[in-house]
Amino acid sequence: MTMMHTLSPTADHATDTDDVARLITPDGERLADRELDPWVADVDAEALRGLYRDMTVVRRIDTEGVALQRQGQLGLWAPCQGQEATQVGTARAFRADDFVFPSYREIGVGFVRGAAPADFVLAWRGEAHSTYNPYDLNTATPQIIIGAQALHAVGYGMGITFDGTDQVAAAYFGDGATSQGDVNEAMVFASSFRAPVVFVCTNNQWAISEPVTVQAKFPIAGRAPGFGIPSLRVDGNDVLACLAAMRWATDHARTGNGPVFLEAVTYRMGPHTTSDDPTRYRDKDEVERWRRRDPLARVEALLRRRDEFSDEFARDVAAEADRWGAEVRAATLNARTKEPIEILDHVYAEPHVGLDAQRADFAAYLGSFSDAVAGGEAR
Amino acid sequence: MTQLTMAKSINEGLRRAMADDPRVLVMGEDIGKLGGVFRITDGLLDEFGAKRVIDTPLAEAGIMGTAVGLAFRGFRPVVEIQFDGFVYPAFDQIVCQVAKLHYRTQGNVTMPITIRIPWAGGVGAAEHHSESPEAYFVHTSGLRVVAVSNPQDAYVMLRQAIASDDPVVYFEPKRLYHQKGEVDLDMDVADAPPMGVARVAREGEDVTLLTYGAQVATALDAATAAEDEGVSIEVIDLRSISPVDYRTVTASVRKTGRVVVTHEAAREAGVGAELIASVTEQCFHYLEAPPVRVTGFDIPYPPAKLEKHHLPDLDRILDAVDRVLDRPNSLTTAEAGS
Ligand SMILES: Cc1ncc(C[n+]2csc(CCOP(=O)(O)OP(=O)(O)O)c2C)c(N)n1
Repeated sequence: MTMMHTLSPTADHATDTDDVARLITPDGERLADRELDPWVADVDAEALRGLYRDMTVVRRIDTEGVALQRQGQLGLWAPCQGQEATQVGTARAFRADDFVFPSYREIGVGFVRGAAPADFVLAWRGEAHSTYNPYDLNTATPQIIIGAQALHAVGYGMGITFDGTDQVAAAYFGDGATSQGDVNEAMVFASSFRAPVVFVCTNNQWAISEPVTVQAKFPIAGRAPGFGIPSLRVDGNDVLACLAAMRWATDHARTGNGPVFLEAVTYRMGPHTTSDDPTRYRDKDEVERWRRRDPLARVEALLRRRDEFSDEFARDVAAEADRWGAEVRAATLNARTKEPIEILDHVYAEPHVGLDAQRADFAAYLGSFSDAVAGGEAR
Repeated sequence: MTQLTMAKSINEGLRRAMADDPRVLVMGEDIGKLGGVFRITDGLLDEFGAKRVIDTPLAEAGIMGTAVGLAFRGFRPVVEIQFDGFVYPAFDQIVCQVAKLHYRTQGNVTMPITIRIPWAGGVGAAEHHSESPEAYFVHTSGLRVVAVSNPQDAYVMLRQAIASDDPVVYFEPKRLYHQKGEVDLDMDVADAPPMGVARVAREGEDVTLLTYGAQVATALDAATAAEDEGVSIEVIDLRSISPVDYRTVTASVRKTGRVVVTHEAAREAGVGAELIASVTEQCFHYLEAPPVRVTGFDIPYPPAKLEKHHLPDLDRILDAVDRVLDRPNSLTTAEAGS
């Protein structure tokens, strides 16, 4: 089944961001959608509040990350404000034993997969490249090489088919990544081997300073069918639509129908990273237009229309978010920097004589400082 | 013991590794029905089926990147790169992912991937089919890099590479594919010398000649020729070029005091540079003469009709031997002439 949303060639698909599958309007009105509705028939007000809560906590973690970077506690941070619905909505569709290959911006995916507070910050602080065991969260180490993880997801998915299980692998990447050979090769391999993979392209309109129109002259979701992969262009600020789309996608892949491609049309509200200055390349009006499509406000509006959003609930969620913020801060401030000699750990799985020699030399060098101190005392 | 070509011994190595471990699979271009362009994977498809002998799309980054995903899932992929010059599109996946994932994940994710590369020149091939890219990989931490020089090593070291939990770049000299040698297929691989250990291919007293791969044969020829002139050359087949077995290397250099390194790859920042730097650090006071490199020139690989001038042959090696022995050589002749 191809669930491709309307993909008539658009003159300027960067601005034609309403050509998407959507279940909640920016004003909180619930739209009916024949194809998506069945996938979220079970999502009642309670479940919607759960999604709202997830997104609120993710936003809080993000805010804390930015603040910690500004205070010099983190070297860098890649904010995800504006993209909470894409991340939470899609990730909530996974089973725990599915395996996810994220990029560096998927804070919400990590949250849904069960990451601990320290997992969000220690890598950006420079304490370790990966702060969790990928097999504990069934989530790979965040990827910085643009697009590389798309192939990893496909290889993992091929392995799933070889093992004959019904898991799904997923790769998250941005609109810029779709220009990379790896992403295109990933679609070739996924299609050729009918790998149970969901590609999630978070089209947040920008790849650092380059608008999506530099990467693509046609909606990105329109590429996948050319590889034999069904695709859907979904409103990435609509958490319900993201959940529905991803449930459809994972079900499609899980039941032996091969890969699926989702393009979540959203917007990165902040800078690309804390080193970036978006005022150099995008105008305020654009940012304000997207602010009116805020993914959290949208769910709140829907719940309020139904009288399902109480002040008490808002207070609870805010308190929980603050708790997370505090824990993330504590994890940062309490970080233990490894011993110098540990820099040489884990390069190889088995002993390596070349590195062992360097380790011995470095250990002797490090040891020479304590000798010097001891010698000084003796004098 | 059986007489086998290197091609056949590698084929046997793959077959037995796959038979022993159901998580081993091979993947690459044309490796299924065709058996690979060198027929190294001949017969494996029939024996193990298409889930373990995977004809991939024609995309080297794709092959390497999906191998990473398979390794994530606990498979042990053996990847065939069709020719040395085609590994470059996969370079990013090899150096950024395959090599680094164990480190990046603090040892939680292993990448037991074997990257087989039909390698180097001397077979009159077309452009991009005769390259020696080993230095790029030797320079990359997290990879092991080996080069085989005979059918026995080809068999054993392949088995060891596949069994290793580390990624191994495994160079197969095309020039030697059809040369036969004794192979003990039934040996216990665990009892064989580990792939990181160098082999003294010929003992000698006067000069240590360091090399690897197809160049071992040329070095042995040079040693035989030198014997006629009363010079005794010790030839060391490194087998592993990352890590290098410096115990064996420095023991030889301390004995002979003179070093020549030869490889086909270009000289600048090549494996020879590393070998000589390390030998100089470790054996400076034993050296009787400056070490000398005999390598390919710093040029793109030349057209087939001219490759014999690029490949270090017996005479260029002997000339270098004369230099380290302070005997008349091409440099002294040139000086005398000027
Ligand atoms: C191979 C590679 N090239 C360049 C970069 C530098 N870089 C980091 S993020 C980025 C933009 C990525 O844009 P996109 O794929 O749209 O993802 P986003 O950051 O917007 O989520 C660039 C160019 C990189 N990390 N990797």
